[in-house]
Amino acid sequence: MTPEVLSLSNAPALWAAAMLVKIIVAFSVLMGIVAYATWVERKVIGRMQSRFGPTMTGYKGLLQPIADGIKLFFKEDIIPNEASKFAFVVAPMMILAPALIAMAVIPFGGDYQFTFGGVTYLVPMQITDLNIGVLFILAMAGLGVYGIVLAGLASNSKYSLLGGIRASAQMISYELAAGLSIVVIFMLSETLSLSGIVAAQQEVLWGITALPSWIHNWYIFSQPLAFGLFVIASMAEINRTPFDLPEAETELVSGFCTEYSSMKYALFFMAEYANMVTISAIAATLFLGGWDGPFFGWINFLIKVFGFMFFFIWVRATFPRLRYDQLMQMGWKVMIPLALGNIVVTAVAVLLWN
Amino acid sequence: MLSILFYLFATVAIFSAFYVTKARSPVNSALCLVTTFICFAVLYIMLDAPFMAAIQIMVYAGAIMVLIIFVIMLLNLGTAIKKRYTHALVWGGGVSVLMLFITNVFIRRGEMSGKVGDVTTQTIHNYGHTELIGKAMFTEFLLPFEIASILLLVAIVGAVILSKREV
Repeated sequence: MTPEVLSLSNAPALWAAAMLVKIIVAFSVLMGIVAYATWVERKVIGRMQSRFGPTMTGYKGLLQPIADGIKLFFKEDIIPNEASKFAFVVAPMMILAPALIAMAVIPFGGDYQFTFGGVTYLVPMQITDLNIGVLFILAMAGLGVYGIVLAGLASNSKYSLLGGIRASAQMISYELAAGLSIVVIFMLSETLSLSGIVAAQQEVLWGITALPSWIHNWYIFSQPLAFGLFVIASMAEINRTPFDLPEAETELVSGFCTEYSSMKYALFFMAEYANMVTISAIAATLFLGGWDGPFFGWINFLIKVFGFMFFFIWVRATFPRLRYDQLMQMGWKVMIPLALGNIVVTAVAVLLWN
Repeated sequence: MLSILFYLFATVAIFSAFYVTKARSPVNSALCLVTTFICFAVLYIMLDAPFMAAIQIMVYAGAIMVLIIFVIMLLNLGTAIKKRYTHALVWGGGVSVLMLFITNVFIRRGEMSGKVGDVTTQTIHNYGHTELIGKAMFTEFLLPFEIASILLLVAIVGAVILSKREV
């Protein structure tokens, strides 16, 4: 008997249960990674700078994220008198939500098969497979700007405003570069759906059958330039350290989150790490074959995500912050022309190849 | 189910559009406009046009509104507050009621013929909305597409010339 894909039409109750389980698991794993990424970051950067990092709370400081959470939760929540109240309260939520929503379209494993009531069902390990998956992710990345811009604007403080202005200019420029750099992926895979892109990467490398069959057609091999551009542009878009001008401590106190305290401040931090996880997951799906690899489905995927997270932390410990004009020059004069050139070259290559 | 969702999002869209004009600080107006755009995107999805929905969020909510907020920030209008009542509100209200009336008259003028075009819900499900739009844009409507891109290019060159300083 051929298995059917579990959907709302053939088994509504089962579909709803599977959906709920997928959402809860994806959300709690994401939150767990977010909490412990802070610990890993402090440990790794500590080691790289010949320090220990957190050691006091629990075994090797493992309880540190929980202690931080409790501390921030019990701090006084201050809303400045001069702030625009509604926007001030909404801003931290608007920065966290898009990062979490974007995870909904990422496939984290192969199809899972199970039998119920004599019928074999196939459950895709993905919360929803949108036909426009990648566009959805780009749209959510576009909405991520609002949180930072509003935080800067609503706080009614000079440092916050400067941080917000920097953030909006920087994120618009690098969003463009990130979007242009992944256009080549659609050219090669001929689909926008993320599960389709993962499926397209499981064929033999470059269609050459003489190569050993365990090397799969991951797009990092055909598009190394696009991969580099995407990773750099995404790091700039989520304001990770070489590009963290919106919250440059040495110039702007703390940038757009200067006026925030308590859980609202914690939300900004959670959003930063959630964005890191999302970007890692997107990069792994688009360029490294998603859940494809030597181990069982989601284990491969988690390994790739952790690899990217480590890379981001490593970069933070290594590079100094860019100057603002250098940042803009790199965005508009280097990354965007390179991405456009890459599109032209790939288009010609695809035309000749077919 | 679908119609409940439609009424929910239509109501939110209308109320947030109303608050765009009513909100007293420009930041809140901009936020309400973003809400309206997102509701429109949801309505596009209900009309089987997911590509339009994604583009609506990317272009209108993600780019154009961010630029508007950027201008609000640069002009430092963040704390400016409008006067509570103005006559403009009354005129605006009158015009929108009139528009509603005219639209209603035009919509109810004829009978439905029941004719179906080439693109139906079934074709969209078979081929995908993005593919259909791409095909139409690069074959049938290629000339208007190219004209639009030249128009945009002219606008970009114009903006660069206007803002360029003498070197």
